[in-house]
Amino acid sequence: MARSIAPWEIKRQLMVKAEGKTDPRYGCKPEERQAKDHIRYGVINLDKPAGPTSHEVAAWVKRILKLEHVGHGGTLEANA
Amino acid sequence: MTGVLPITLEESRKIVQALLYSGKEYVCVMKLHGDISQDKVKAALEEFEDTIYQRPPLRASVKRQLRTRKIYYLDFLEMDGRNVLFKVGCEGGTYIRKLCYDIGEVLGCGAHMQELRRTRAGPFVENSGDSVTLHDVAYWFTEWREQKDDEFLKKIIQPMENALALVPKIYIRDSAVDAICHGANLTAPGVLSLETEIEKGSLVAILTLKGEAVALAKALVSTKEILDMEHGMVAETKRVLMPRGTYPKCWKSGET
Repeated sequence: MARSIAPWEIKRQLMVKAEGKTDPRYGCKPEERQAKDHIRYGVINLDKPAGPTSHEVAAWVKRILKLEHVGHGGTLEANA
Repeated sequence: MTGVLPITLEESRKIVQALLYSGKEYVCVMKLHGDISQDKVKAALEEFEDTIYQRPPLRASVKRQLRTRKIYYLDFLEMDGRNVLFKVGCEGGTYIRKLCYDIGEVLGCGAHMQELRRTRAGPFVENSGDSVTLHDVAYWFTEWREQKDDEFLKKIIQPMENALALVPKIYIRDSAVDAICHGANLTAPGVLSLETEIEKGSLVAILTLKGEAVALAKALVSTKEILDMEHGMVAETKRVLMPRGTYPKCWKSGET
């Protein structure tokens, strides 16, 4: 079987199908969200320390930021 | 095990699926159980640069059935006695401990995973400007609460859209947004622009022209087909990310 290309090696181009505008009265650019929404719709690129499990690290972040729900993308455990 | 662990807060937990699909990269120290020449080790690593079969280990969080995983690259870095350092780019859900064991079997001497560090999870990379430690999170969050400067918050938290960087995107009209938020599928007239390399069945991200994520969806047709379509379904909405009512309702309900 041929070597597959990694998702981060794929080059994509943007193709325009139709012209359009967006109304500034609705929604907002992701980088301009109010602090509360910036957190609610936020992700952290965390450098996980050795020792605690991914679940424990997520729970710590939840406690530090005083949030109700926190998840993590891909368990990083002894088993990995 | 250390390294890149993306943390999703509150609403952004809905994009974990996209992160899992986006692939991983690790740097690993493998310990050989016998003395083997560097050339033989390199040749063995090359054999695994392929689609491999893996049965999840006894202590695993998934069903233990044989499955395939793609190894995008497996680069030899260094060797010191019986310790081999390599870098591997692979599909999410690849067990590196198992990979080391299997490389050991091919070499005939046996091997085990000694140390592992994740250097990439999808678009998130270690040592990049946006990588933070638990200490950074605690420190900047306190600074933000005391000084009310949102720049401090942005030092540790980034918009969930960044997590979708590797997922092909479709940008839609304002008038199509609210229907998608209500779970409707995306139809051709709503599409303004889209990225290449979308195939039937691809996971895609639906965004507004402001770059806000509306939903994750499954493409029903390819980029080329979408560009030529005047009507009909383009993508099946899988996970809505934007709350209803963010954009005005522009669709008519059943009654005439």
